[in-house]
Amino acid sequence: MKLTLRIWRQQDRKQSGAYEEHVLESVSPELSLLEALDQLNEQLISDGQRPVSFEHDCREGICGSCGFLVNGQAHGPRTATSVCQLYLRSFGDGEVLTLEPWRATAFPLIQDLMVDRSSLDRLIAAGGYCSTGTGQAPDGNALPIGRDQATRAFDTATCIGCGACVASCRNASASLFVAAKLAHLGQLPQGQPERGKRSRAMQERMQQEGFGSCSSNLECEAVCPQEISADWISWMNRESRR
Amino acid sequence: MSGCPDPRLPGGPTAGAWQRCKEGFPLISPVRKGQIDLLVVGTGLAGASAAATLAQQGYRVTVLTYHDSPRRAHSVAAQGGINAARPVAVDGDSIHRLFADTLRGGDFRAREAGCRRLAEISSGIIDQCVAQGVPFAREYGGSLATRSFGGALVSRTFYARGQTGQQLLYGAYQALMRQVELGRVTLLPRHDLLELITVDGVARGVVTRQTHTGELEVHTARAVLLCTGGYSNVYFLSTNALKSNASAIWRAHRKGALFANPCFTQIHPTCIPSGDAYQSKLTLMSESLRNDGRIWLPKQAGDNRTAHEIPEQERDYFLERMYPTYGNMTPRDVASRRARELCNAGHGVGPGGRSVYLDLTDAIKTEGRDAIAARYGNLMTMYERISGDDPYRTPMRIYPAPHYTMGGLWVDYQLMSSIPGLFVLGEANYSEHGANRLGASALMQGLADGYFIAPATVTAWLAGTPGSDLTSDHPACREALNSARARIGQLLDNGGHRPVDVFHRELGALMIDRCGISRHAEGLRDGLQRVAQLEAQFQNEVRVPGGPEGPNPELEKALRVNDFFGLAQLMLRDALAREESCGAHFREEHQSAEGEAQRDDVNFAHIAAWEFNDYGDPIRHQEPLQFTDLQPTTRSYR
Ligand SMILES: Cc1cc2nc3c(=O)[nH]c(=O)nc-3n(C[C@H](O)[C@H](O)[C@H](O)COP(=O)(O)OP(=O)(O)OC[C@H]3O[C@@H](n4cnc5c(N)ncnc54)[C@H](O)[C@@H]3O)c2cc1C
Ligand code: SF4
Ligand code: FES
Repeated sequence: MKLTLRIWRQQDRKQSGAYEEHVLESVSPELSLLEALDQLNEQLISDGQRPVSFEHDCREGICGSCGFLVNGQAHGPRTATSVCQLYLRSFGDGEVLTLEPWRATAFPLIQDLMVDRSSLDRLIAAGGYCSTGTGQAPDGNALPIGRDQATRAFDTATCIGCGACVASCRNASASLFVAAKLAHLGQLPQGQPERGKRSRAMQERMQQEGFGSCSSNLECEAVCPQEISADWISWMNRESRR
Repeated sequence: MSGCPDPRLPGGPTAGAWQRCKEGFPLISPVRKGQIDLLVVGTGLAGASAAATLAQQGYRVTVLTYHDSPRRAHSVAAQGGINAARPVAVDGDSIHRLFADTLRGGDFRAREAGCRRLAEISSGIIDQCVAQGVPFAREYGGSLATRSFGGALVSRTFYARGQTGQQLLYGAYQALMRQVELGRVTLLPRHDLLELITVDGVARGVVTRQTHTGELEVHTARAVLLCTGGYSNVYFLSTNALKSNASAIWRAHRKGALFANPCFTQIHPTCIPSGDAYQSKLTLMSESLRNDGRIWLPKQAGDNRTAHEIPEQERDYFLERMYPTYGNMTPRDVASRRARELCNAGHGVGPGGRSVYLDLTDAIKTEGRDAIAARYGNLMTMYERISGDDPYRTPMRIYPAPHYTMGGLWVDYQLMSSIPGLFVLGEANYSEHGANRLGASALMQGLADGYFIAPATVTAWLAGTPGSDLTSDHPACREALNSARARIGQLLDNGGHRPVDVFHRELGALMIDRCGISRHAEGLRDGLQRVAQLEAQFQNEVRVPGGPEGPNPELEKALRVNDFFGLAQLMLRDALAREESCGAHFREEHQSAEGEAQRDDVNFAHIAAWEFNDYGDPIRHQEPLQFTDLQPTTRSYR
């Protein structure tokens, strides 16, 4: 199939960027979008041009490295799908795809489609853990946790830290990311002792890092590759009143 | 044991040996620990758990990873589960059984004492992770749930849906970030290790390249822990994340660390097969699917009907037929070989006849779609996305793919390599898996190394080894820095015209053909020549655009592929020297009349430990293996 890629190219933060257009004449619909970019990059290198920079690693939707906007949508048009799992068969022959990086103050641009998301790590450092040291654990079965409860905690624990929620929010809020972590730990008995403190610390850090606040436009939920529900944000709001 | 250092195996019975060792280890006061710098490279299960624990003990720890965040380490991708012997279930599991399965699964090419220690520690790992908030699957009553995995007849695998590695890694990552916040860990993401620094033969630091800026940096410490994962990306197409590589251990090998059993690569039987030439990776379908899925092929060679059109009596459930005891749960090497043979004989399905069916129809019929979805939901979606087929309706198509590397840097019982002060943890070391890894045991080994073993042995080593701080203007640091700079310069300046990936793909195809599911002498010898030729071409013809500064992903790749050439040759040599079949290493010359692997315990009951030789062929040393608790028997899963 034939695809036209309009890609945001920017050498670094100091220089300004622009769109660059590339046509892939015959690419297999069995490829992922990232594999199509690999193919493009091979062409660019052979022609002596700078290849397109984009983040990726596992290419199976689990590491959270990848992520950019495809036609204005974080991770592209498929729901519950990170961009590495987007296959060309989801597009029509001859389609034009516009690729641009996450845009948020808390995610400074590095190059082309790559941004710096270390602010998400600093949110976790602020309190996204149970304060337990190695060698101090009681028997794992000593704390019975019902299956449904474990499942609900699990559903929020799966956030891959991709930052799509931030990039798609008009306030660039990290509320869904923070809520997911608070709900994961807050629903388990192990997370109880630090529940209130964790919630305050993480939300405070969110502001310090330059993330905006939530105005419930729910775009985050729509783009989250892990389908984490925005209901957890309301849950988090109740949490901070604890 | 010519040339191989003392493996420092514990004396006396293996049961309880680790506890006895620990009690004998010298200790260091918390105050002194606070003055000691340690470097941990890698933030997977092994690295993150080690760094968090060492920092908690009071050391000053610097953690390096090429990822932008520790949470992205490749461990995050592990799906199926983690073993632990918790002798409470009624199926008769025990520490002894897990120990025996590990040793037997590894085809008696691992150390008995190490396997025993792993089994003894395993239960504590689960407790540790639960305390961190890892949401393991639970029974309705609230107790921890388990399932069974390939190579075992008991149910001892703990899991968090199909995302066990992710959840375990997040537990360790969160523990690590807590230490970062407490100021005990300095976290340096986007730092790529390019050289190891040794002073008087002792590991004292590393040279890294900051991947944003291209800046080369020197980091020094009293000890270095490499937790840098496996190297199956030497095959280009593998189940590993694309950036997984061998550079850290290869650079250490060149500085004197012995490399053990490089040819032991596990080929995983259940991966989504490859399609297009530009395909960049192979995705694993967790082997836990074999609990409910039945593997089959059409009885008739060349049968090109769809799965639904082939009636029951014309299907060959070949694993169940050949291995009535283990059936679809036969270990990975056996299942992979049988699949390959049948595909070679024309029974394979899908493009090029390069896959077999993994069929969940029966399970869906008896248990219902919801039950199956609850168990494997994310795997099913993943399959559907990649292949475009609905696995609830059509059997999945799978094929073996390079997955896990059992070889790695040689380490003694205390996880120290042959370079004093250099510890190697997780998949990066030659570990307890022997010639074949039992399912769900890598996560267990990585966490055992990181949470429990290295923190004790690193302290013991430091306590017995006086040392002083090293400044970065030491000649050894400058030399390592220069050598990294020179390598980068060479790659950038050679004015070639072919992209790195072109070479990597070619190397991978060669390796899978010559040193994949099965090997023979002629192919290995020829492979050695071809890899050497390809390496020479790479040196002359590769084009790495851009300069040394700023982000340059092509340069990162080129540095890694450069190292893969050396490793590939060592793998071929190792496979050639091991004149037997064992575990994942199947030499066609050494098989029984029924086509099963034939081990040679008289001549090969040893670990092959290779020494780098600047002036010629590498030197093969042997560490003999002794078995006292369990006598080597032929593996039989029939
Ligand atoms: C798809 C898949 C599924 C799996 N499923 C299971 C399972 O169900 N059960 C099981 O037991 N095992 C499983 N495994 C195996 C298991 O996941 C791995 O063996 C294990 O996680 C390896 O952990 P590690 O800590 O040794 O290394 P990794 O997690 O690979 O971490 C390596 C780290 O080193 C860093 N690094 C590497 N090189 C450098 C360098 N040069 N400079 C700086 N940093 C560097 C990386 O950034 C990374 O942080 C699976 C593996 C795969 C691929
Ligand atoms: S909440 Fe969803 S979108 Fe946001 S970082 Fe996590 S996985 Fe990505
Ligand atoms: S590359 Fe890992 S989630 Fe996309």
